[in-house]
Amino acid sequence: MIAVKEKQDFYLSSFLERERKLAGSDQDWVVNLRRDAIERFAELGFPTTKHEEWRFTNISALVATPFEPAAPVESATVASQLAPSPFADLGCPRLVFLNGRYTPELSHPLPAGVKAGSLRAALAEGSPALERQLTRYAHFQKHPFVALNTAFMEDGALVEITKDAVLEKPIYLLYVSVPDGKPAVTHPRNLILAGRGAQATVIEGYLSLETRNSKLETRNSKSESRNPEPQAGDQNQEPSFEFRVSNFGKTTYFTNAVTELVADEGAIVNHYKLEQESESAFHIATLVFHQARSSTVNTCTIQFGGRLVREEVRNVLDGEGAESTFNGLYVISGEQHVDNHTTLDHAQPHCASREFYKGVLDGHAHAVFNGRIIVRQDAQKTDSKQSNKNLLLSADAVIDSKPQLEIYADDVKCTHGATIGQVDQEAVFYLRSRGIGLEDARALLVQAFASDIIGRVKYEPLATRLRDSLLARLAK
Amino acid sequence: MLKITNLHAKVGKREILKGIDLEINAGEVHAIMGPNGSGKSTLAQVLAGRDVYVVTEGEVTYLGQDLLAMAPEDRARLGVFMAFQYPVEIPGVNNLYFLRSAVNAIRKQQGLEELDAMDFLQQARAKMKLLDMDDTLINRSVNEGFSGGEKKRNEIFQMAILEPKLAILDETDSGLDIDALRIVAQGVNAQRSPERAIIVVTHYQRLLNYIVPDFVHVLSEGRIVKSGGKELALELEDKGYGWVEEEAVAT
Repeated sequence: MIAVKEKQDFYLSSFLERERKLAGSDQDWVVNLRRDAIERFAELGFPTTKHEEWRFTNISALVATPFEPAAPVESATVASQLAPSPFADLGCPRLVFLNGRYTPELSHPLPAGVKAGSLRAALAEGSPALERQLTRYAHFQKHPFVALNTAFMEDGALVEITKDAVLEKPIYLLYVSVPDGKPAVTHPRNLILAGRGAQATVIEGYLSLETRNSKLETRNSKSESRNPEPQAGDQNQEPSFEFRVSNFGKTTYFTNAVTELVADEGAIVNHYKLEQESESAFHIATLVFHQARSSTVNTCTIQFGGRLVREEVRNVLDGEGAESTFNGLYVISGEQHVDNHTTLDHAQPHCASREFYKGVLDGHAHAVFNGRIIVRQDAQKTDSKQSNKNLLLSADAVIDSKPQLEIYADDVKCTHGATIGQVDQEAVFYLRSRGIGLEDARALLVQAFASDIIGRVKYEPLATRLRDSLLARLAK
Repeated sequence: MLKITNLHAKVGKREILKGIDLEINAGEVHAIMGPNGSGKSTLAQVLAGRDVYVVTEGEVTYLGQDLLAMAPEDRARLGVFMAFQYPVEIPGVNNLYFLRSAVNAIRKQQGLEELDAMDFLQQARAKMKLLDMDDTLINRSVNEGFSGGEKKRNEIFQMAILEPKLAILDETDSGLDIDALRIVAQGVNAQRSPERAIIVVTHYQRLLNYIVPDFVHVLSEGRIVKSGGKELALELEDKGYGWVEEEAVAT
């Protein structure tokens, strides 16, 4: 445990200790960048529930845990355990990061039209182009976790899609956490640049070897609380990663990810974020998008795992005629907490945005949705729609949903809506009257609710795995 | 097949069924008619097992078993089918997938093998012709975006697929134009059989020109006040429900 007043000090001393060993330590600009970032983090400190933006999300447990940098992992020990995971292989080229480190042995070669590799290597090289692009849009002035990531970032993916390239298959950035019994932190950092007219799909996935999602109850009665027993791993063999605990204890880890994605003129990028962390993990992620004129960025966030998840997605539509869609699906139960804070910034005229988040909550789960839409003064003819729909399967599940519209232009179309409901009893009865059992009927309806978002996943292998994963959670 | 004895049912505090007695045998078509609020739909839904309606007194025996003690899905698996007056829309649940699940749940109950998607599709297509339904209707979600007529046809289509022993049609004719009515009636008539009983709940006599009943019962204020053959329906058409109620009061 760390004493309250030492919260930031823990990370500060960790920084001072490790500064020289971090990637790019012989590049002045990298060193200065990191120092600015850690200083800013020290000034800001961790947010508390007294901060408006963090009102519903209490991170004191994260703050109180002494997370050490995650240890390197031998790819050989992991490969066979990773393979059976449904999201390990999506049938497309992937870059694998184990405990935040790029692992070429598990990664695939990439097609023409895209250069992708380890950010660590790029930092060590320190090209001027990288200096210009990195942190250009993910500002850390007001964002402590971005500051923390910028100070400590070690590795991640640097993806550059060539002008006019049309990639047939997605690029999959797979982050696998391998807990070893000590609380560990990684700071994945991704920089994705889509050149003019490029068309590509990028998928970011975050898993752990011990991810096992708790079941969703489909019985009508209040769900029972679940307290799974810790299971010991095998004593006589190499460490087994097959244990799980019911609290933040042994296998907790912390992923603090930042992704910057820049779409140049006319580029079309489909981005997917798959959060499948273990249910004792903290996942804090900041996705920052920036769009030039006539570009399209569609992002879809799927959150099934994690104990405490905070995802901030920001996009600036910085050119006329840019389009953006934010889709999201969170399916949580037990004691899970998922907080989605999004910002769609219409900075230029004639841009269109659509935001559609859906949530399924069971047990004592808690979800937060805060959808901010800013329409700047010059952004005439903005066309924006936002919708957040939630399905509560238990009496103890809670959703806090808030639209936040800041409109400074006067010729715009902005609509927003939120619903919170339970499974439609009429629909349940209709299905039962045809012979479908109560639990199957409810499961069918939950799937139907989620299928909206899963149906928007254009890459079929990913959509199929999502459907199956959801089905598995509903099965008895 | 079905025996209803002194059935009383309420919704909330209001008692709607005040003592229904009715016997229905296989092969028979019974029409239940009555003014609005008489309890026609309530009777249908109580038989189907809608728990919003609470049975306060009486018994219902179906194939010798206590129907009221069964969950709705168990009733369906034993061959009870209700065509809803207002079929609900279920976005996201595919029509065909839903029907196949229903069919297989019933087949499982009967110890039969489940149908796979291909076999089922074949059977479905044959029955679709019967109800003049086009292919696209099948790929859509259950009742989503269906017009009133399409919803009613979908109900009868389901009846054709599920082949129930006891079919209860709850105001299947309401909201239909004459062409839709004809198609729906044709679909129902095609399913008449000595093993099947059909209860037709209707406000208007017109449907009964197409689905000719063996027995007609008139419901008024939660009780059956008059029973007869198909001519009774014509008499009602002629004289109105008021006449039956007056008679009931007089006796």
